Amino acid sequence: MAISIDEAVPAPAQAAEDAPAGRRRGGTARRVIEVVLLVALAVAMLFPVLWMLETSIKENRDVYAVPAKFFNFDFTTIHYKDVFVGRDGGRSDLSGSFLNSVIVAGASTILATVLGVPAAWAYSRFTLKAKKDQLFFILSTRFMPPVVVVIPIFLMYRELGLIDSKLGLVLIYAAFNVPFTIWMMKGFVDEVPAEYEDAAMLDGYTRLQAFRKFTLPLLVPGIAATAVFALIFSWNEFVFAIFLTSSQEVRTAPPAIAGLIGGTTVDWGLVAASAVVFALPVLVFAFLVRKHLVAGVTLGAVRR
Amino acid sequence: MAGIEVTNLHKRYPDGTVAVEQVDLSIKEGELFVMLGPSGCGKTTTLRAMAGLERQTSGDIRIGTTLVNDLPPAERDIAMVFQFYALYPHLRTRDNLAFPLRAEGLPEKEVRERVAEASRMMQLDALLDRRPHRLSGGEQQRVALARALVRRPQAFLMDEPLTNLDAELRADTRTEIKHLQAQLGTTMVYVTHDQVEAMSLGHRIAILNKGRVEQVGTPLEVYDRPASLFCASFIGSPPMNLIEVEVSEGALRGPGGLVLPPPPGLPRDRTLVAGVRPEALEVTNAGTEGSVAARVVSAEALGDEIIYVLDHGGGRDLRVRMPPTARFATDDSVGLRHAGGTPPVYDLSTEELVA
Repeated sequence: MAISIDEAVPAPAQAAEDAPAGRRRGGTARRVIEVVLLVALAVAMLFPVLWMLETSIKENRDVYAVPAKFFNFDFTTIHYKDVFVGRDGGRSDLSGSFLNSVIVAGASTILATVLGVPAAWAYSRFTLKAKKDQLFFILSTRFMPPVVVVIPIFLMYRELGLIDSKLGLVLIYAAFNVPFTIWMMKGFVDEVPAEYEDAAMLDGYTRLQAFRKFTLPLLVPGIAATAVFALIFSWNEFVFAIFLTSSQEVRTAPPAIAGLIGGTTVDWGLVAASAVVFALPVLVFAFLVRKHLVAGVTLGAVRR
Repeated sequence: MAGIEVTNLHKRYPDGTVAVEQVDLSIKEGELFVMLGPSGCGKTTTLRAMAGLERQTSGDIRIGTTLVNDLPPAERDIAMVFQFYALYPHLRTRDNLAFPLRAEGLPEKEVRERVAEASRMMQLDALLDRRPHRLSGGEQQRVALARALVRRPQAFLMDEPLTNLDAELRADTRTEIKHLQAQLGTTMVYVTHDQVEAMSLGHRIAILNKGRVEQVGTPLEVYDRPASLFCASFIGSPPMNLIEVEVSEGALRGPGGLVLPPPPGLPRDRTLVAGVRPEALEVTNAGTEGSVAARVVSAEALGDEIIYVLDHGGGRDLRVRMPPTARFATDDSVGLRHAGGTPPVYDLSTEELVA
């Protein structure tokens, strides 16, 4: 029989009932303070996001209005149109950057997943020489901030002709995502009993076929969660994008949006609208796999 | 059906761990052979090498007359049952049973016949349309057994198949496995760490320790004359009393004045240890002829028997198995005497049986 927490521990509620009136009033005051503090924190945290949303739908003169207009501003969708449509009526530069972001983030995530998932499987299933050291080395590549290596990588890329190319960005993002994919996926693979593969091998499959046909389908939720994390990293990445790309044809969205600020005038409405458009895909993906994201983050936290 | 020959098996993993030091086994056709040992003794690795799931570092494995060292698992014509059942989670019972047959490419008509036969044998007819997550542990293990026997393999390999079942179900399934093996007459290699399982199932038992075979024998041989101190302490519950003895005046004399009959051919000038089963000792009233004085440290009444722990001034407490009619209380002064045949005697330094 399942016992809910409430049933199992009635004691604290009883104690509150018996507590003297003074202490109970203290409890109420404490609650009020808690709620006030949490609301203040929430407003402070969410204000930039709300302000960005508001700015993206305000008429330009309301954007610059002093004092700021919180509610009674004139509504417009012109900024969103500007994100996608250029002044000459064709495609805007920004929309090109968004497309680049989709290609680079998508391709690097696929590459990292294709390389990382089999590696994670191998690390989970096989006894290897110095396995722990190998895994630690793989993880250690994530210890250092990207900006530390950006100059050497710039020089290497220049020699290899990868500078200012989407392929270059795809490779560097995949290189950063593979270690992460291996570590997160290893946790998921560990959870799938190796016996499925053993049984399949006795039934006539090779080791790789057994992995593909039996273990891989059970890993799909894990792969989805891992891929979303990798996608978020590639999608948001700024440092490499701004150092390694220069032309409009290759530039991804983060440096492109940053490029809108500066010069003599700043079109804040356009900046806000492009930021909203930029944030949306990640939010949608994260929402779709939210259950698995939690599983991925807490995996191995509790030993069964 | 076929026997299995394992010669000079050695398995060392790339990280340097040696799972199997050296194992030689000769399993006869139609035999239910149990490999018994504590965890890490190499029994599962040996079984997995037989199945082809691990490649041994050196040594040969023959199934029947075929050398199978380099054959993939599927071509060895064996079936395996795992501790975690390993039923394919996305398939119904029916399709789980049919899976190995379809993988072999048998015609669908024969697949259906064989599945029906196995299902009747293991009484699975009511469960055929369920998926594994809707089966209890015992039901899952019965499906796993059925999946092994639809293939009509040369040999069954069982890797602790009962460990995950609760006690009552374990006893039932144990009987079922024994019955099934007798009925089919197929060679079966059964790995377990549970000595009760080993004793009740096996035609012969191999006791493994630290990657080596310590003893191979029938359950009674293994029980009556353990080949080493390790086997002596591993088989039997409560375990054998190990008593340090000296030979003098034609008898084995232990500490506290306990006298045991000596086996012939005892070596001299070595420290000897006699192995005395709890049922080969007897608690008597104090002062009974031939007994030594002792004190009852504790009494465990198990219903069908009572286990007394006695202190007879010999350093180590002794365990004595008595019928439930015995009436001695804790702290009683009692007598203790030997009531069995000649005990096996071990050399303390080599830990091996000497007489």
